[in-house]
Amino acid sequence: MSRTVPPSLTMGPVYYLWDGPKWRDFHFRIADEAPVDRVVIGETVCSKRQHFIEPHIAEVIERLETAGKKVVLSTLSLVTLERESRQIRELIADSEHLIEANDLSALGLLNGRPHSIGPLVNVYNAATARLLADRGATAICLPPELPFTSVEKIIADDPGIAFEVFAFGRMPLAISARCAHARSKGRIKDNCQFVCGEDPDGLPVKTLDRQSFLALNGVQTVSHTCQALLGELASLSACGVSAIRLSPQDCDMVAVAKLYRAVLDDTLDADEAIALLREIYPMAPLSNGFHHAREGAAWVARARNTAHGADLS
Amino acid sequence: MEFPRLLAIPLNYMPLAAIERATGMLFQRLLKEHPDLFERLGEHKAKRFAFLPGDLPLAFIVEPARPAICVIRKSAMRSAVDASVEGPLFMLLALLEGRCDADALFFSRDLSITGDMEAMLAMRNALDDADIDLPRDLSALAGPLAPVFGKMAEDIRRRALADEVSAWN
Amino acid sequence: MELICPAGTPAAFREAVDAGADAVYCGFRDETNARNFPGLNFSRDELRTAIDYARRHGTQTFVALNTFMRAGDEEIWYRAAADAVALGADALILADFGLMAHVTERYPEQRLHVSVQASASNADAINFLVDAFNARRVVLPRTLTIADIARIAPQIRCEIEVFVFGGLCVMAEGRCSLSSYATGKSPNMNGVCSPASHVRYRQEGNELVSELGDYTINRFPAGEAAGYPTLCKGRFDIADSRAYAFEDPVSLDVMGEIDALAAAGVSALKIEGRQRGKAYVAEVVSTLKRALSADPAKRAALLAGLRNLSEGQKTTSGAYEKRWR
Repeated sequence: MSRTVPPSLTMGPVYYLWDGPKWRDFHFRIADEAPVDRVVIGETVCSKRQHFIEPHIAEVIERLETAGKKVVLSTLSLVTLERESRQIRELIADSEHLIEANDLSALGLLNGRPHSIGPLVNVYNAATARLLADRGATAICLPPELPFTSVEKIIADDPGIAFEVFAFGRMPLAISARCAHARSKGRIKDNCQFVCGEDPDGLPVKTLDRQSFLALNGVQTVSHTCQALLGELASLSACGVSAIRLSPQDCDMVAVAKLYRAVLDDTLDADEAIALLREIYPMAPLSNGFHHAREGAAWVARARNTAHGADLS
Repeated sequence: MEFPRLLAIPLNYMPLAAIERATGMLFQRLLKEHPDLFERLGEHKAKRFAFLPGDLPLAFIVEPARPAICVIRKSAMRSAVDASVEGPLFMLLALLEGRCDADALFFSRDLSITGDMEAMLAMRNALDDADIDLPRDLSALAGPLAPVFGKMAEDIRRRALADEVSAWN
Repeated sequence: MELICPAGTPAAFREAVDAGADAVYCGFRDETNARNFPGLNFSRDELRTAIDYARRHGTQTFVALNTFMRAGDEEIWYRAAADAVALGADALILADFGLMAHVTERYPEQRLHVSVQASASNADAINFLVDAFNARRVVLPRTLTIADIARIAPQIRCEIEVFVFGGLCVMAEGRCSLSSYATGKSPNMNGVCSPASHVRYRQEGNELVSELGDYTINRFPAGEAAGYPTLCKGRFDIADSRAYAFEDPVSLDVMGEIDALAAAGVSALKIEGRQRGKAYVAEVVSTLKRALSADPAKRAALLAGLRNLSEGQKTTSGAYEKRWR
């Protein structure tokens, strides 16, 4: 793998429930305008939502492919029902597209076939990456929780697979059999009436001191803060990361993609990009704590190249 | 169950030096019976722990690193401790013997814990593993106060156990 | 069905064996297991003594190495696996694929159980682990109903163990970074959820306030039963309402359903609680042991006494009951 080529961009799957037309139009625009190489599509969080996007999948794939994007199909991250298992078996049996596994059932069924691994599968070390590569995985998007030291070490051990890092978006932190989103609106999962669709960017969860903390997205819980690895792109690129993942939020994702592309291409300064990103997605404070082995919600400001000592002299 | 009031009142007036001397004797005896008592504390051994019986005016400060115990009146408690646990005396003694589960007592709000949680958790686990049996461990005590405290330990233990049985069943 | 019991200290281990555990599970005193709390767990010597004690009483010992190997520090986990095997662990409970692959290759005779932390929640997932690592048993995540378990059992080629009593993870286990988001310590990599180093309690007026890192996670009015300082059992504000967003402070108890679990094909029942005291272990293990052989009609009375030991002094059947979702 050449380390001089800057990483490509991947648009991750939409984790939130957007209605069909919104979901379709989002991908059309990504196809037409965003400088991304790969787009991962498909319901990843809750199987009950599947029917919202189903009517539009074929046209979205066509538009993306026509625009030269590589389409990857995402699988569900929590599979417990027979219906869900069947859906994954059928997807894997029928698909002509590369599939991104987000749970262990998909991993098992994809054995021996080229596939990729999503950020919701626990890959914490090179031994695991190597095992997955031996079974046919060609790319792994590492979990957002991984510190840079781990990313660096895993790639340095060269398990023979491409690595991607989750660099933009509210971080998926947990998934449950229980739907906290439905519960918060007085329902349960089985009669949820898709109330999560009311919150296309997640439903804010605040502490008792009214401090913004998390957001609910159906059965998934995401961070309130938005992961933003911009100042870190140079070191990620240098250590051999092949792709940078942008996870869709309800904002101008084309602008986000252009911003990341510009920083990767060294045509935009990272600090300037951070300021711009805060304007593009003002709903959530930025964080990069996990990358720096801190609490995920933390923001670690970029170390300046200019020494402060110079000012003191 | 609270520590018998009749026993608590004299403790208010008893010379602190006498209480401290007796407590120190019990503590040394326990350490002799359980030389590894504080081994599980690891890095937390250097910390200061306060045991605060809610029904007594006294605070028992344990310093595992020395190892030493000192007794002061709560009203005079000024020096900083790293972690403290407060609850009825018989519960603190039951914890010492591992006869009650600290988490359960915390859930029921019988115990309250403040300060360095890591240190207190380590102390709890160290005590829980120690197999302390107060009447047995203290039976070999010598000295003028021995009979008084030996009897007191047994009395408290009997009441604590009775209470425990009624609370748990 | 076997009763699989927790032990955080050698004293608790002996209590579990004496109380009739079929197997006791425990871990080393480091980040190789998911109960890496200060002062808890076993040194190599303590494990040797414990396994010996268990053997003499016909009890098995399972060693949990159920965290994920931190890149660059794999040797800590490999050494733990080597030592557990050498000391005679009857099974290793593993979650990390890399570690499973290592154990399968180095110690092909060693019995391997899939930890709940691996999140194998369906038949295809479990069969993947059986095929890839010769897993002999899977501990199912607390995301399945009893009907789900009954449906999965005939499709898989290994034994099933389920949690029946004790702490309840609301999130799919091994896939939750709420705690590390707030504290920087990862349950998966550091083996600790809501690390004590980041927990603070303070009394504010009549309320007991619990904080994790920089976040308030609960306020308990005087007299209200408290819970562990975990985020999934925290009280939060969502829109205009203040509530337990994910779950109340409550713990799991599905002992009332043991006949249904047996019929569903479950081989072993697991008690959570390596962080609990030996008094808890003795009480819970002996009560559940009695409940297993008791007349079903008498079980409820037997188990009611355990409620006071539970988080929030309340219990739930969790995901085993469909309405919980």
